[in-house]
Amino acid sequence: MVNFLKYRLIYFLISLLVIGAGLFSVFKWSYCYSIDFVGGSNLEYRFDKIVAEKSINKILQNNKIQSVYLEIKNQNLSLRTKPLEQVQENNLKNSLEKNLKVKITVLKSETVGPTLGRETMIKTGVASILAILGILIYMSFAFKGFNYAMAAILAIVHDLLVVIGCYSLLSHFYQAEVDTMFVTAVLTTMSFSVHDTIVIFDKIREYFQTEGKEDIEYFANKALTETMVRSLNNSMTIVFMLLSLTLLGGTSIRFFIITLLVGTITGTYSSPFIATPILVWLEKRKKQKVN
Amino acid sequence: MTKFFKIIFLLFIITVIIWIDLPETIRNKYNITSLLDFSLFGLRIKKDFKTSLGLDLKGGSHLVFEADTKKVKPEDLQDALSSARDIIEKRVNFFGVSEPTVQNLKSGSNYRISVDLPGIEKVDEAIALIGRTAQLSFREEKIIDDKVASPTPVLVETGLTGKHVKKASVDFNQQDGKPRVALSFNSEGAKKFGDITKRNVGKRLAIVVDNFLVEAPTVQQAIIDGSAVITGNFTVDEAKKLAIAINSGALPLSIKLVEQKNIGPTLGADEVKKSVYAGVIGLIAVLLFMIIYYGRLGMIASLALIIYGLISFAIFRIIPVVLTLPGVAGFILSIGMAVDSNILIFERIKEELRKGKEFNIAVKLGFGRAIDAIKDANITTLTVAFILFNPLNWEFLPQFGMVRGFALTLAIGVATSLFTGVVITKRLIEIFYKKNG
Repeated sequence: MVNFLKYRLIYFLISLLVIGAGLFSVFKWSYCYSIDFVGGSNLEYRFDKIVAEKSINKILQNNKIQSVYLEIKNQNLSLRTKPLEQVQENNLKNSLEKNLKVKITVLKSETVGPTLGRETMIKTGVASILAILGILIYMSFAFKGFNYAMAAILAIVHDLLVVIGCYSLLSHFYQAEVDTMFVTAVLTTMSFSVHDTIVIFDKIREYFQTEGKEDIEYFANKALTETMVRSLNNSMTIVFMLLSLTLLGGTSIRFFIITLLVGTITGTYSSPFIATPILVWLEKRKKQKVN
Repeated sequence: MTKFFKIIFLLFIITVIIWIDLPETIRNKYNITSLLDFSLFGLRIKKDFKTSLGLDLKGGSHLVFEADTKKVKPEDLQDALSSARDIIEKRVNFFGVSEPTVQNLKSGSNYRISVDLPGIEKVDEAIALIGRTAQLSFREEKIIDDKVASPTPVLVETGLTGKHVKKASVDFNQQDGKPRVALSFNSEGAKKFGDITKRNVGKRLAIVVDNFLVEAPTVQQAIIDGSAVITGNFTVDEAKKLAIAINSGALPLSIKLVEQKNIGPTLGADEVKKSVYAGVIGLIAVLLFMIIYYGRLGMIASLALIIYGLISFAIFRIIPVVLTLPGVAGFILSIGMAVDSNILIFERIKEELRKGKEFNIAVKLGFGRAIDAIKDANITTLTVAFILFNPLNWEFLPQFGMVRGFALTLAIGVATSLFTGVVITKRLIEIFYKKNG
């Protein structure tokens, strides 16, 4: 049996570092928000030949369209602007085709009014809180103890902070946008995190039932030793899946998958190294109070 | 003997599922679609199993309109919104897209109508037709101020509008073959039209659509058979759209486009191809890992996992679940959780074996022990999925398709993994492992 709990300070320190870096980035650089949140237009065109950025900028000026972001990769143009009317968009496409003598295939065109974003955020927030409450109630019943639920929830909060912070870094360095996919990834992390925690807690619960001695720290270490292999193995399988999707999958879900990857790793980490020490601490405190 | 039946049962399930999962092209080639036209327990089953892909994968348009509710009385609001929805649905059907969805959404004090048009390419036309208010009215000339030297006639409403039209259709002018819109009025409309034409013989009668004068022909004689023709100067397509707009009636409230997302068919296809490819590679890596680490048990788990994938996919096709990118992500996550169920069971069995239990008993105990953890873990996941799916369509929870798609595939995946993890894996172990174990 390995005494995992001995090093709990190191675990907290690692978490603190990661979350600290993330939160620093959140406050310093914030995020790039997608048009889902702030409104605007996103256009992705494919030309039938390579076009210079300068000539596109000129046409944008002529059409009085201000671009927020413009990227040309091979024959593909990605353009982000303030919300465009349908007419403006058609005019732009026509003048691009006429002036540059190209044929355009519209890969994607999106326009979102500025009002929708905040709503989406709030609704997702409400959903997450409800989900957390649901988990809290279910676990309190299943484990006949509020502390188990509490420890699992704190681990979830830990994972959320890690994911949110890391995404800000991705957002700053790689222009990853906060969109509905990101929100989905955050929610996924939540459910994965608690899944993993429950497996460990289930072991601890079992020891309390089968072994007479009531030593939470001993039980926790024993549970960690026995579940560590399964935790790692299980996460490995998900990581394989996600890595292959990151490296080979489509570009439009790349940041989504990376977020899931971060979520999986922190979810795996937090169950033994955050949730379990917290549970031990909570249970010990309860015992002290009783005595 | 019982073992024999177990194998037969398993093979039967697998055959049915593989059959459902077969790509359409193969099924069409061997023309076995008709096999499914049979009755099961009195239930007529006739289904065409195919994968339905969401807008982000197949390409298409997602439009959101916001309704202007200021001009509508609060007590009429619900009626107005639902009839607007119905009217839009009728108009959308003109474009012949497969499975369009038109939904009313409420959020705070804002009322919205979302329209999903899979596979459509002429988006601007669709937007124009959907947003068309289609107020048809007939106006007559009237001289209001006759004290002026040269009085100019003003157009005034006759009270005859699109409401009085029973049916509008496209037909062709017999003289020049040009398309035109033929109207037939209901009885009230016919009577009104008769009166109007009677008192306007020799004068001009204006046909106005959406405050736009389409034409103003001179009335030759009173028309009492309740039919009229708008000649205009239409192309066939324009005539068709006008007829549809009139037929579906005027929108009871005005709507404004606030969001549109168009995904071209090429982008979706690229993404699907890449993601499927990546998914397959990932899956192979997972299977290899399981086999290398767990040996023969890993082999069984891999088999169970493949069966699991096939079952889930079959369920997606049967319901059918519209697969979007987040939906695929939910599925992948559930694969991860399905693997987990297996690993949990194996670790428990190993534990029991280490304690020196006999194999049969170890399997039984291992399953029994693992099931607690599997149950708790999966129920919490299902809780989260349930809240995200928002089955009661509560307005304070997300109502957008992406999160729902994710929640649905995750829930189906987790529920299926409970079944495969417990039933299939156990059967497989009993069949394959004992012999050599």
